[in-house]
Amino acid sequence: MTYREAIRDALREALKSDARVFLMGEDIGMYGGSFAVTKGLLAEFGEERIRDTPLSESAFTGAGIGAALAGMRPVVEIMTGNFSLLALDQIVNNAATLCHMSGGQLPVPLVIRLGTGASRQLAAQHSHSFEGWYAHIPGIRVLAPATIDDARAMPGLALKCSDPVLIFEHIGLYNMEGELTSSWPQADIEHAAVRREGSDVSLITYGASLFKCLEAADALAKAGVNAEVIDLRTLRPLDNETIFASVRKTHRAVIVDEGWRSGGISAEIAARIGESCLYDLDAPVVRVCTREIPVPYPRHLEEAALPQVAEIVASVQDMMGKAA
Amino acid sequence: MSIEYCMPSLGADMEAATLVEWKIKPGDIVKRGDVVAVVETDKGAIDIEIYESGCVERLLVAPDTRVLVGAPLALIAGEPAAATTSAVPTAPALEPESKPEPAPTVAPAMHGHVKISPAARTRAHALNIDIDKVHGSGPGGVVTLQDIESAATKPKPSASDSMKAVIAAAMARSKREIPHYYLSTDVDYSATMTWLTRRNAELPIEQRMLPIVPLLRAIVLALKTTPDFNGYFKDNTYKPSDAIHLGVAIAQRGGGLIVPALLDAQDQTLAQLTGNLRDLVNRVRAGRLNNRELSEGTITLTSLGDGGVDSLSPVIYPPQVAIIGAGTVRERAWASEGKIDARPVLTLSLAADHRVSNGRSGAQFLARIRDYLQAPEKL
Repeated sequence: MTYREAIRDALREALKSDARVFLMGEDIGMYGGSFAVTKGLLAEFGEERIRDTPLSESAFTGAGIGAALAGMRPVVEIMTGNFSLLALDQIVNNAATLCHMSGGQLPVPLVIRLGTGASRQLAAQHSHSFEGWYAHIPGIRVLAPATIDDARAMPGLALKCSDPVLIFEHIGLYNMEGELTSSWPQADIEHAAVRREGSDVSLITYGASLFKCLEAADALAKAGVNAEVIDLRTLRPLDNETIFASVRKTHRAVIVDEGWRSGGISAEIAARIGESCLYDLDAPVVRVCTREIPVPYPRHLEEAALPQVAEIVASVQDMMGKAA
Repeated sequence: MSIEYCMPSLGADMEAATLVEWKIKPGDIVKRGDVVAVVETDKGAIDIEIYESGCVERLLVAPDTRVLVGAPLALIAGEPAAATTSAVPTAPALEPESKPEPAPTVAPAMHGHVKISPAARTRAHALNIDIDKVHGSGPGGVVTLQDIESAATKPKPSASDSMKAVIAAAMARSKREIPHYYLSTDVDYSATMTWLTRRNAELPIEQRMLPIVPLLRAIVLALKTTPDFNGYFKDNTYKPSDAIHLGVAIAQRGGGLIVPALLDAQDQTLAQLTGNLRDLVNRVRAGRLNNRELSEGTITLTSLGDGGVDSLSPVIYPPQVAIIGAGTVRERAWASEGKIDARPVLTLSLAADHRVSNGRSGAQFLARIRDYLQAPEKL
């Protein structure tokens, strides 16, 4: 099963089990979705529930908010995080606020799925990681499934939530193959996951960077460094306890984020570690982030701009004072 | 008008000491020479004296604080004319222009220069580890948690270990810097022993004189006419000392060796030397010496009389310029006036600094000591 199929299965299950659920977005019906996530669903569920929309993110996101307010359970697909900026007003000013402004009378149980991240040579206007921005906004939840299990579980969990939920699906993961494990039904959207236990350093990450961190941890293990890998899974609200427990154990933290460093989610995590774990730290918190440039198109430059395994390994070795 | 009273140096190799106890409190009137505190050094607990007179304004350091030599311990308000005599005209001169910074209320940050991670600092505090002594293995020499854990598993150097280190440093420096020369002479000790036996028979046990005491007195008298062996060689200059602070090497319990001085031995009679030597030995055993005794010796006598050796070639304790070695007083064949008989004989040796004196003056010095010991009743 691929990550893409895991999401499709989750959507299919939701469509089958709850008549209020419907999908909306650009080219999700006839074309099957720009990343082919919704392929086949139009034939299976019909135009009423798999709705192609005009090229107006603001309009169809707003329509989703309206439908949610009216009691439906809409799942809106926005092709990339970059395009979601056209719907920023709807998400930040409406979806995130209405429940709070109405004293709880008008919850907005809207799910928005967004492609995010680089690695597919889609250039700067399709490759940026804005999930850290959204994690700044109270009133919404921000999820970042990295594994097949989470891709299978999170859409359903998001639909059960009365808050607006944004699911950031890394476009580099859609083709990832893997087995669904038996534990996927136990997944939640409250907790980060320790994907690898370690004692010397905590690699804190999410999304596609998880696999770079796991690879880096393998390389570090050969050099005698035992790295723990934390998959945040949920960027808002952040699971402080899991992060802090890991840092208190390893005394070192490296945050790996495909977003930019300045003002990013990596900065927020580093600040929280500084606030709560200062006296447990044996080294300054290190961040490995995307270079502060619009993501380039050429493959070699795109690769150079993004966090890579070698850089993660080198950062850990630097902070531990061990030569590569 | 405050004067900073700073941690004194109690020896050339001392870097810091831990304040154990204050003997003064704010408001007390102190005068030069008063014992004001007890500090723990590598050499043991030592009473430290104050060099200024005045009123204690503020104590800057709490007990159990480690303080660098030269770091302020207390503020003393100088009292120019009122309480003290005019014998301290130097006090105002010590006061520089106004001090803009308020005096620190805690000890100067001993650890300010140590790069250490927060986790390591926290752990070091919990384990009571002195981070100044931990080698940093992290990037840029930062002290890491692992460094603290390693330091914690290492046995802490004991007091005697650190004293050994101090002695090692002083002895290495001595042999590195001081061009020693060595002389020795055999002294017929029969006159002294006879006189001593007779004299001691008249005295209660606690006043009886050890055989070393006449030697101490003989050294003092000899130094009065051969001043090239009593003083300090510092900054390429020899400064002879009028006072004779005669250092005596005394073995400590646990194996250490310490060399406190009989201060102002030039003015002491045999009876006073006897009492003061006994007092010094007792205080060595109790670990309560004062700083002047440890730092101001001007010459040293080391005796291996109880070790059974006949002679020794001792090492000068810098910045002193001479050390006298005494072997065992033992019956030996002694040729004199054409015949040989058995007499108690002491071999005296002199190691002296050739930058200050030479073999000729050294020989004179030893000969004078020997001659004084031939007429003990005149000592």
